[in-house]
Amino acid sequence: MSTAPQFALVDVNNFYVSCERVFQPALAHVPMVVLSNNDGCAVARSNEVKALGVKMGVPWFKMKDLAAKHGIRAFSSNYTLYGDMSNRVAMVLRGFSPQLEIYSIDEAFLRIETVAHLHGGPGAMGQQIRSRVKQWTGLPVCVGVGPSKTLAKLANHMAKKIPVFDGVCDLHALSRPERLAHMANIDVSEVWGVGPQLAPRLAEMGIRSVLDLRNASPKAMRTHFGVVMERVCSELRGIPCLALEEVAPSRQQIMSSRSFGQSVEALGELSEAVASYVGRAAEKLRQQGSVCAAVHVFVQCNPFRPEEPQNNAGTTVALIAPSDDTLALTAAALQGLKSIYRPGFRYKKAGIMLTLLSDKGIQQGSLFDAVAEHPRSAALMSAMDQVNRLYGRGMLRTGASGTQQRWSMRSENRSPRFTTRWDELPVVR
Amino acid sequence: MQTLTQTPVKMPDDAPACEVRLISHRISAGFPSPASDYVEDGLDLNDYLVRNKAATFMFTVKGDSMTGASIEDGDKVVVDRSQAPQHNDIVVAVVDGEYTIKRLFMRGGTVELRPENAAFSAIRFAEGRELEVWGVVVGVVRRYPAKR
Repeated sequence: MSTAPQFALVDVNNFYVSCERVFQPALAHVPMVVLSNNDGCAVARSNEVKALGVKMGVPWFKMKDLAAKHGIRAFSSNYTLYGDMSNRVAMVLRGFSPQLEIYSIDEAFLRIETVAHLHGGPGAMGQQIRSRVKQWTGLPVCVGVGPSKTLAKLANHMAKKIPVFDGVCDLHALSRPERLAHMANIDVSEVWGVGPQLAPRLAEMGIRSVLDLRNASPKAMRTHFGVVMERVCSELRGIPCLALEEVAPSRQQIMSSRSFGQSVEALGELSEAVASYVGRAAEKLRQQGSVCAAVHVFVQCNPFRPEEPQNNAGTTVALIAPSDDTLALTAAALQGLKSIYRPGFRYKKAGIMLTLLSDKGIQQGSLFDAVAEHPRSAALMSAMDQVNRLYGRGMLRTGASGTQQRWSMRSENRSPRFTTRWDELPVVR
Repeated sequence: MQTLTQTPVKMPDDAPACEVRLISHRISAGFPSPASDYVEDGLDLNDYLVRNKAATFMFTVKGDSMTGASIEDGDKVVVDRSQAPQHNDIVVAVVDGEYTIKRLFMRGGTVELRPENAAFSAIRFAEGRELEVWGVVVGVVRRYPAKR
């Protein structure tokens, strides 16, 4: 039994599209995309759509002709469904290894060196993970295994792109020349942490393939790009530098923003939107047990309408004392909004960000505590959170968030929330 | 030298004294409840109906093709994808892109989805035609309308 770390990266193929297909079997081979918030851009594409050359993030209105020609179906994002399916995948994976890091909604890292032998080795274990996730949840996954997280991620890419691997690639099972040959064939921009932004700068130094980066001197990489790239370099050589993060670190800032269903011009309506975003963000803030010391608020016009006058502005408002009280944060955000609002523009998006977060427990007392914190604030906020957990998001909200919410998100073609609502369950005859 | 004290001091002008609760925990002096060692959580229907949470989904039944198996129009069925479908199981299957709930018959080379209602006919799977079982039905839930 080996004790050197072995990392597996499990990743759901075309996650959002696959979730839709689990509950709508008639869509199995239909070309389809899932659109971002507000039905803007394609954020997930089926293989059929990828084959037509549609790139990630293409706005729906730009692909309407292609869609009509090939019968591409578009769905609004159904985050409730995707979140539930993501939890189910995590549950299945926990059955394979207790050491699990949920990296994103559709990806998880596992440490498997202590359990792989129970399944006949890393490669066989990968195949079992693949078939069990498929059987239990209906979702197709690929598995990559390697001695570091960066190599596991690379192996996952190979599992997905190279048919001979059949969805599972264990780098330990390849000979050294085979591994290096594969690395020579993969563009350096595919490496986790490199991406298309850094690739041109690397190319200037003659580093084009994964192998080039692997063979570069980590010290030189550190001089040119900093410690992160040095780590990437070492990780590609099989020296693990990144540990499994089993507990998600508390977020340093909390953002809530949306594009509007239709343009908004009046300060009143903008205020409603901003207030309701504050409500959502403040709930997350309390969930992680933090307080924030400043609120950033911003507005944007439609960048796809360059012919319209543009006003993109933002400002940060500091609080008298750090707080997690929706009412205090709303007051700050609306004060900021008032200062950046200019009439006569068609606003397409607004958002807020809670920043300067700290633990609620370790707060410095302030001369103005009495001003900032209403004595019953904590009780009111916890009552609000409980009501909203029980009866649905936004059931109890501040009056400033409005009642009509004409600006609210457009999701014209969202599928039912098949797994979380009694009145939206799939129907069987 | 002056010392700070926490002892409440009467304020001038008959201002009402302010109550400061230092300890909010209740200490009961008396007999402890004889039942406290035996308290259990109540019954949870999830425990009863769901064996594998990750793989269990609910469906709403429409129509009366399975009334013979006491599955009525409007019932919710509990479907477990981790169970391997066997002969005589009630299953949710996918036929022509649609969900159907039927009893699975697999004997002597015959594969059929059989309704439990004489007004419906069985769906037979000839050799080479693939049967896609979505999951095995492991429970039925029915709620009667509220009386008023």
